[in-house]
Amino acid sequence: MSTVQIQNDIIDDFKILDGDLEMTLNYLMELGESLNDLDEKYKIDDNLVKGCQSKVWLKCTKEDNKIYLEGDSNTAITKGLLSILIKIFNKKTPEEIADTNLFFISEIGLNRFIGTQRSNGLESMEKKIKLLALTL
Amino acid sequence: MNNFPLTKIRDDFPILKSRINNHQLVYFDNAATTQKPQSVIDGISNYYKSYNANIHRGIHSLAEKATEEFEETRSLVKEFINASSENEIIFTRGTTEGINLISSSLSKFYFNEGDEIIISEMEHHSNIVPWQMIADENKLNLKVINVSENGEIDMDHFNSLISEKTKLVSIVYISNTLGTINPVKKIIEKCKENNILSVVDGAQSSAHKKIDVTDLNCDFYVFSAHKMYGPTGVGVVYGKEEILEKMPPYMGGGEMIKDVSFSNTSYNNLPYKFEAGTPNIGDVIGFKEAINYIKNIGIDNIETYEISLKKYTEDALKKIDGIKVVGTAKDKVGIFSFTTKKVHYYDLGLLLDAKGIALRTGHHCTQPLMDKYSLDGTARLSLAIYNSTEEVDYFVESLSNLIKR
Repeated sequence: MSTVQIQNDIIDDFKILDGDLEMTLNYLMELGESLNDLDEKYKIDDNLVKGCQSKVWLKCTKEDNKIYLEGDSNTAITKGLLSILIKIFNKKTPEEIADTNLFFISEIGLNRFIGTQRSNGLESMEKKIKLLALTL
Repeated sequence: MNNFPLTKIRDDFPILKSRINNHQLVYFDNAATTQKPQSVIDGISNYYKSYNANIHRGIHSLAEKATEEFEETRSLVKEFINASSENEIIFTRGTTEGINLISSSLSKFYFNEGDEIIISEMEHHSNIVPWQMIADENKLNLKVINVSENGEIDMDHFNSLISEKTKLVSIVYISNTLGTINPVKKIIEKCKENNILSVVDGAQSSAHKKIDVTDLNCDFYVFSAHKMYGPTGVGVVYGKEEILEKMPPYMGGGEMIKDVSFSNTSYNNLPYKFEAGTPNIGDVIGFKEAINYIKNIGIDNIETYEISLKKYTEDALKKIDGIKVVGTAKDKVGIFSFTTKKVHYYDLGLLLDAKGIALRTGHHCTQPLMDKYSLDGTARLSLAIYNSTEEVDYFVESLSNLIKR
């Protein structure tokens, strides 16, 4: 599936929540819970995403020109946001990742639910993934 | 609690009628800033509508009226904290600027290399960093009083830190993170015995306790208007006149001078020596209304009500499984920092906001204290005069449901 199709599916999933703040936050936490925990040995400073108030670790590897992503966070809502990015970018080529515009954020109006600080954090995660994809 | 005019008070604060995320606002972030009653909002607005003018040197009617209102605030502050003279009341932008004013000015003449300054582990960054800055400049040593597990100052440790080199003690009256009311009077007494200057950070105390600087006998007492139902951008340094007289100005500019020439400038008298530039006139006038508001309810009535509400909250929090309150001093105000086993405080902040409840999350500008307790932050509930037991019940119910999931 293309990153556009995945984002469209995500938008559809959020539509069901009808813009309800509590349901959206709970859904984000559920998404976070469904993301596998990162092995403790990878929770190192080198894997931390700078610019997030919560702790976010990203582990990124490349095989056959595809990027493999794993990650974790110490807070549930942020882990949910991370899981969405992983869903979109995992197993994609560096070129696809670099070319992807994350339109789902404005389409869902995510910033309204998560506030400025977490929105900035989400942007930092996106930047880190794109940077790693191009430099690995 | 029965005679306290809570309904009337709640009506005085227009923001309390707000709905946040489809819920009635429950404002529990009062240690960060309190809400403003209509009288304060009107006070500021009336100044701009009816008599906006720069103060002190104008001779027209508007300037006269503005100056009168501004200086009336000074007199009211003097009376409110029981200072000896208006000369002891200096307007600043807030507590942070106040502490910087004191530290910067004293650093120019008061310390010698190797002198010591004592603060405590529970200080706000505002009462740490300014002293670190002048300690670096003047090669002074900063000594830190230990705080116990439950959040109380270790008085034995304090006494043991005092030496011939101790020149100043700066201590918070009420901790913004723990809610602890510190025995500042005892600390000041000890300072007096040893000829040590004392500074009290009164940011959290001024709206919740009767403040009497003459009785406390501190050399400086610093606080902010916005934590006592007044506007942001206004604070006060109280300083003993004899000490303020000796201190050089903090900033240079208009108002703080007597005569200026290129070869020589002489400084104005107290308190103007420390008030360079056009002050925040409108907000100082708004502050007058805030003090009047507190006076009209009566600080003793406020204290009694808030103690009962604190007790109620304390008991309610004890009944929730899976939360830990940080700061359980015997003598404390209604500030409750807590962590929960299951939900991170950042998530908690967002999830409670979704229920219309405003509280603060993070390190509360007390990182050394967080380090001490091996925490990177907490959620913090802080109470004020307009909060009710019903709000506490709603909070407890919401929090219990969130941490059950």
